[in-house]
Amino acid sequence: MALDRRMLLHFDWTIFMVALALAGVGLVSVLSATWTGARHPLDPLVLRQLIWIGAGVALMTAAALFDYRALNSYAYPFYVVTLGLLIVVAVAGQSTGGSRRWINLGLLKLEPSEIAKLAVVLVMVHYLREEPPRGGWRAHQMLIPAILLAVPAILVLKQPDLGTALILIMITVTLVFVSGLNWRTMAVVVLGAVLAAPMAWHYLKPYQRERLVSFINPQSDPLGAGYHIIQSEIAIGAGGAWGKGMFQGTQARLNFLPEQTTDFIFSVYAEEFGFAGSMLLLGLYLALIARGVWIARHARDRFGSLLAVGVSGIIFWQVAINIGMATGMVPVVGITLPLVSYGGSSLIAMMVGAGVLISINMRRYLF
Amino acid sequence: MAKLTAGRKTCPVPKLEPRIVALMLFICTVLGAAAVRLYYLQIIKHHDLSDLADRNRIRIQRMPALRGLVYDVHHRPLVDTRPSFDAVMVPEDAPDLGRTVDRLEQLLGEDGAAKKLEDAQEQGRPEFEPVTVEERLNWQQVVTLETHQLDLPGVSLQVNPQRHYIYGPLGSHLLGYVGEVTVKDLARLASYRMGDEIGKFGLERSWEDILRGDSGGQEIEVDAVGRRLRLLREIPEKPGDSIIMTIDFDLQRVAEEAIGDRAGALVALDPDTGYILALASHPAFDPNVFAGGISSAQWRALTTDPAHPLQNRVTQGTYPPGSTFKIVDSIAGLSDRTLTPHTAYFCPGGMYFGGREYRCWRKQGHGAISVHRAIVESCDVFFYNVGQHLGIDRLAAWAHALGLGKKTGIELDNEKSGVVPSAQWKWRRYRERWYPAETLSVAIGQGYVAITPLQLAQLAAEIGNGGTFYQPQFVKEIDSIDGTPVKVFPPVIRSRVHIDPAVLDQVRAGMVGVVNAGDGTAHAARLDDVIVAGKTGTAQVIKEAQGVRVKENEGPERYRDHGWFMAFAPVDHPRIAIACIIEHGGHGGSSAGPVVKAVMQEFFMKNPPQGATPGQLTKRTDNARLASALSTGGRGTEAHEQLDAQTE
Repeated sequence: MALDRRMLLHFDWTIFMVALALAGVGLVSVLSATWTGARHPLDPLVLRQLIWIGAGVALMTAAALFDYRALNSYAYPFYVVTLGLLIVVAVAGQSTGGSRRWINLGLLKLEPSEIAKLAVVLVMVHYLREEPPRGGWRAHQMLIPAILLAVPAILVLKQPDLGTALILIMITVTLVFVSGLNWRTMAVVVLGAVLAAPMAWHYLKPYQRERLVSFINPQSDPLGAGYHIIQSEIAIGAGGAWGKGMFQGTQARLNFLPEQTTDFIFSVYAEEFGFAGSMLLLGLYLALIARGVWIARHARDRFGSLLAVGVSGIIFWQVAINIGMATGMVPVVGITLPLVSYGGSSLIAMMVGAGVLISINMRRYLF
Repeated sequence: MAKLTAGRKTCPVPKLEPRIVALMLFICTVLGAAAVRLYYLQIIKHHDLSDLADRNRIRIQRMPALRGLVYDVHHRPLVDTRPSFDAVMVPEDAPDLGRTVDRLEQLLGEDGAAKKLEDAQEQGRPEFEPVTVEERLNWQQVVTLETHQLDLPGVSLQVNPQRHYIYGPLGSHLLGYVGEVTVKDLARLASYRMGDEIGKFGLERSWEDILRGDSGGQEIEVDAVGRRLRLLREIPEKPGDSIIMTIDFDLQRVAEEAIGDRAGALVALDPDTGYILALASHPAFDPNVFAGGISSAQWRALTTDPAHPLQNRVTQGTYPPGSTFKIVDSIAGLSDRTLTPHTAYFCPGGMYFGGREYRCWRKQGHGAISVHRAIVESCDVFFYNVGQHLGIDRLAAWAHALGLGKKTGIELDNEKSGVVPSAQWKWRRYRERWYPAETLSVAIGQGYVAITPLQLAQLAAEIGNGGTFYQPQFVKEIDSIDGTPVKVFPPVIRSRVHIDPAVLDQVRAGMVGVVNAGDGTAHAARLDDVIVAGKTGTAQVIKEAQGVRVKENEGPERYRDHGWFMAFAPVDHPRIAIACIIEHGGHGGSSAGPVVKAVMQEFFMKNPPQGATPGQLTKRTDNARLASALSTGGRGTEAHEQLDAQTE
């Protein structure tokens, strides 16, 4: 596809810069979370994150220059490949801390669940790209999406990764809703979900159940499941209005915060940069998501619009649940903060997603 | 087809527009909620959460202060601190934990270490935290552990200070013991923490605040697993102050040896100050068993022992005074003038009163007898008469004035006041009126009347010094740990009773006779170079059966009477006053007398009478003074002046 001048004009710098800014914040936070003193060498995590950011920027640019409409045809193959990767993980994946999430490829570790989010978005958007009949999608028309969701969701749940499964569900719901689900059907689905909850409880692993219980009452097990919530809130609260300053976060530095480079990176950041810092971060995310939704509104075609909604949705739901988790509003599920948390697969996936958004925006006036 | 109109926003896919807008609204709401929550945590709850953050990472490690030591009057230590060794183990330092534990148990000859490690593990204690596996090792075990260090990786010795009572049971009722602070104590006292030592009994308890000192501490920064990172602040401790008692260790030792295996008590005072020179109560206990925690079996043994070793008989034992009370009768009678030095009563061996016969201990009686001989030979009938003529209320008033039937206020717990009966007392207690015949029993120190050995010693001191009741004290001085005096306790006068010097003279002469005259009841307590004045007594254990009286030194021991002896010496300017009771000892002169003699001998060996070394007093001087003392009269003006000087 020839690079039209107009396309370049609409290269979405907002998305690009905000994504880069967020990645920068992430780098700083990981640096702080692993800081052991001026005389000690940098934790390898920091260097790796830097490399991933570099790779991510490159891929983001590449994705932007790529015509998003081609993705339409790759939807199902990509989906199948992802399912394959998920199965590989389930069978031969590397276990850490009771969960199998990675495929070890020697130099790097691949986390298929991050890719699964994009795959599910793509395949959903592909299915929903046609306009719904009058009155919106009916329940029986939702069967395919349900299956398309269920398969990877179950594979992910087996890892076990409750967080990603939750994200998959939420982005599916978002897409289905935005694309024109019948209101009545939506009510039925919600009802169904509520009724299915007890059954879902049965399938939860004990520690996941504990997390839900301790979410409602963190003090019931302050040294166990409730510990994360309590410590996270303490760290965030200790930050105050302006934060303790870089590298001064005592909660993180002294290892009181669990998972401080991934799930609770926000707490590290909030302790060090305070309310001012957390508002800044929230602002950056809002900018990114709002821009993504704006792009969805002004996209050229339905496919692009829904794709934009999907990518924005991934970012939104992850941000909402992660920060909700860190502040004690949402039970602890393992969800990372997009672009900020440490993690190569996640970073790449988000950057590619951002690139797709740029791509959609660039081609607004094309046809 | 897109409509390219500059400045106008068009949604090419109109069907999606409202839902996208709805989505945007939803997103803004959710993120807004997050912002509100962050505001709540970071602004509103900042202070509280900041505190929690600090509490996470700062640990205070308390270092309890060294407890003050206890010395006798000559600065000889009686209670000090000794090191106690515990064996501790750090699990992560032992490559083969099981093998090390087995070897440890083998070397120490005790098992239980394995269990302790298991318990610690179950509690979730981190592997780098030391676990106490064996407490209070004996010296042999300490040496064994040190020698086999290489065999026992991860095992080390921890030294703890332990309260040590150097002479075991000696003075145990006075010194007391320490134990771990209880939940009730913790609620009451702010500066104590779990595991702290607190005085439970005796001096350790009454003087806890002085002995305890102030604990110091370290503020330490720790990480999430409790590993120490650095010292933030150090607070120095202040060791407890030491106590210098008034007790003389030599006298105490002699007293306890002299009482021996028998149950009984002795207390010796300085009549000019009220300072206690010795305080012994048998049976005693070894306070060292409490150090480091007494086992429940041992505790049960102590508390259920029928001989009550934990009871301080000096202040808590109440006994009928027996014939020692006749001194009170004499003072009361002579002062009230119902009795004169020449009043004589006839003792045929008993007398009838109220239709009953009241016997004298001497079956054949004493014949016509006046007060001097009545004291020396302890005639019951004489004092029946004296008592009857005084009446119970006058008698009780004098007894109270002399300090009987009241607490002395000594700084020890649970002092008993004893009983001095009166008509009012009996009415209040039993709702019965006083029968005159009961006065007779009281006159010879039986019946309702009951006193403690401390009260009796105090009485002896009063008679010796002429009527001043000094507060009995056993702490002379408080010193800080380096020896500088912090506080000194001067003698305190509790009350004075005015006794006519002639009366005192008369009574004292009688008491001299008790010890020094040939037919005195306390001949066994006589000293060669010092004139001792005293009075014996026998406290009845079972009531005299109708007409039959158990001979004092006969019968099964537990039915035998208790033997009393009170004394002061020398009779002019007395420097020591003692009361002693031997339970079931029978006759006071033969049971308690020798004990008092032993203590006095020791005292006068160390403190020879004024201006003379022992044995230097010539026999002539001695006899002359004795002769004048044994005469029935008083001593006139000379004595009067001397007494004046003494009472001031």
